[in-house]
Amino acid sequence: MRRQDIDKGVQSVFLLVALFSITALSLIMVFLFLEGIPIFETVSVKDFVFGKYWYPTDEPADFGIMPLILGSVYVTLLAGMIAIPLGIMTAIYLAEIASPRVAEIVKPIVELLASMPSVVIGFFGMVVVAPFLQKLFDIPVGLNMFNASLMLAFMAVPTICSISEDAIFSVPTALKEASFALGATHNETIIRVIIPASLSGICTAVILGLSRAIGETMVVLMAAGGAAMLPTSIFDPVRPLPASIAAEMAEAPFGSEHYHALFAIGVVLFVFTFGFNLIADYISHKFRQVGEASL
Amino acid sequence: MKKITRVLFLLAVALILATGQVVAGEVVIKGSTTVLPITQKTAEAFMAANPEVKISISGGGSGNGIKAIIDGTADIGNASRFIKSKEVSLANSKGVYPVPHRVALDAIVPVVNQSNKVSGLTMAQLKDIYLGKIKDWKEVGGTPGKIVVISRDSSSGTFGVWKNLVMKKERVIPSALTVPSNGGVVQAVGKTPGAIGYVGLGYLNEEIKPVDVDGVEPTEENTVNGSFPIARGLFMFTKGWPKGDTAAFISFILSRKGQDLVQEAGSIPLF
Repeated sequence: MRRQDIDKGVQSVFLLVALFSITALSLIMVFLFLEGIPIFETVSVKDFVFGKYWYPTDEPADFGIMPLILGSVYVTLLAGMIAIPLGIMTAIYLAEIASPRVAEIVKPIVELLASMPSVVIGFFGMVVVAPFLQKLFDIPVGLNMFNASLMLAFMAVPTICSISEDAIFSVPTALKEASFALGATHNETIIRVIIPASLSGICTAVILGLSRAIGETMVVLMAAGGAAMLPTSIFDPVRPLPASIAAEMAEAPFGSEHYHALFAIGVVLFVFTFGFNLIADYISHKFRQVGEASL
Repeated sequence: MKKITRVLFLLAVALILATGQVVAGEVVIKGSTTVLPITQKTAEAFMAANPEVKISISGGGSGNGIKAIIDGTADIGNASRFIKSKEVSLANSKGVYPVPHRVALDAIVPVVNQSNKVSGLTMAQLKDIYLGKIKDWKEVGGTPGKIVVISRDSSSGTFGVWKNLVMKKERVIPSALTVPSNGGVVQAVGKTPGAIGYVGLGYLNEEIKPVDVDGVEPTEENTVNGSFPIARGLFMFTKGWPKGDTAAFISFILSRKGQDLVQEAGSIPLF
């Protein structure tokens, strides 16, 4: 057999493998949309997205997912407010400030946090954090938006930290040295040179971290309280989109309006994460540092 | 070569025949997770006594149990509620006549935190609490404090019964916490001083405090004699009147021995 033939063979095998995963993914998407769209025969898109009441099993039923969308958005934003500063500052510390020995110990630990099963984090939130918050803030119930956000922040920090750390680490040494040569201190170099130079990587990290948080199911199912209400404070229980799907799918009669509505929620969730990924892709292309002269 | 083809052909025919009809001596049961423990317990005993019969059991929820009867993918569909009129008309349109068999009873008990002083509520008070009209424990004779309403997911069978019997089909307030299981309610009520929730009788334990309803204590005896107001039947549905092994299994559950096993599994026997 000629080497060129083997080469061709290997190429087509890889093409097949790639096609297989792409086909599987697109079939899942087609299925999601096919199962979700029939609900719009009973409710309009506007009433579905902006409706304030989620009573899917009543007669007549109400399919308004605004409380669920707001639940997801608020929980993710709050988690971001906690996780973004923590994640980025940890990354800067690890890449720039920590001694190599410290970084060698801390980095694997942060990454280990990422491999923690979400059900464990959810359980921790439900059994340990909820009673603690309840006593600390003297609130009636510990399963709420704040609890879920804390737990999601736990999950987002490792993602944000390790991707940002890679971005910061890959800033060319020449840039840093030039900054030092101009008389800048280490702090000034970090703030004025290193962070701007790695901004695209950091933004990608943040968005990937948040998109993990918005799609996370188990944690919000266990720690968010599950009330489909429009939240008025961070200590209100909420019911994010993935929690509704997970909690209700098993008992929704196959092919019913409720069943289709849950798939439509899946579509909404897909739109959210797809948007996040598009933004991440856009930022990483738009603000990419090409060479050392573009800063 | 010819021989192999013939053998393969015969095998294929045998396979088609085998999958085309349910093998004699097999009973397939699907449905409600509430009915699951009693089904497992009785099925084990039934199979021990009748080794030629194989019973396979799976969960999936009341809705799925009834659906399986209509599709013909199960011989018995378990449900923790009665069949809905929509399901009956769907079944009839496919020429299926589901037959209900009440196999056990279950009481749904309102529960509060151990530290709560309230020991009894009326049905009207329970309804107002879940409607959000009563917001503070002092309105029902307890120590002042906000009531944390804990409910079950709208698709659970327990919720359905609560909604029919207590809420009289009115809506539970949106701010009620929803918990995915009976165990979750026990956990949440046990950890939250101002909480009220509801669980099946079998889930009561020392972490939570049961509440009398209309002055009636939630006990097995009061459920069987009908004085406890929030009770439900647990059902097995069959496609038409049961025949053969299915009929034998259902009459076994309804026998004295079967009902003793129902009690062992944590539900309330019919007699």
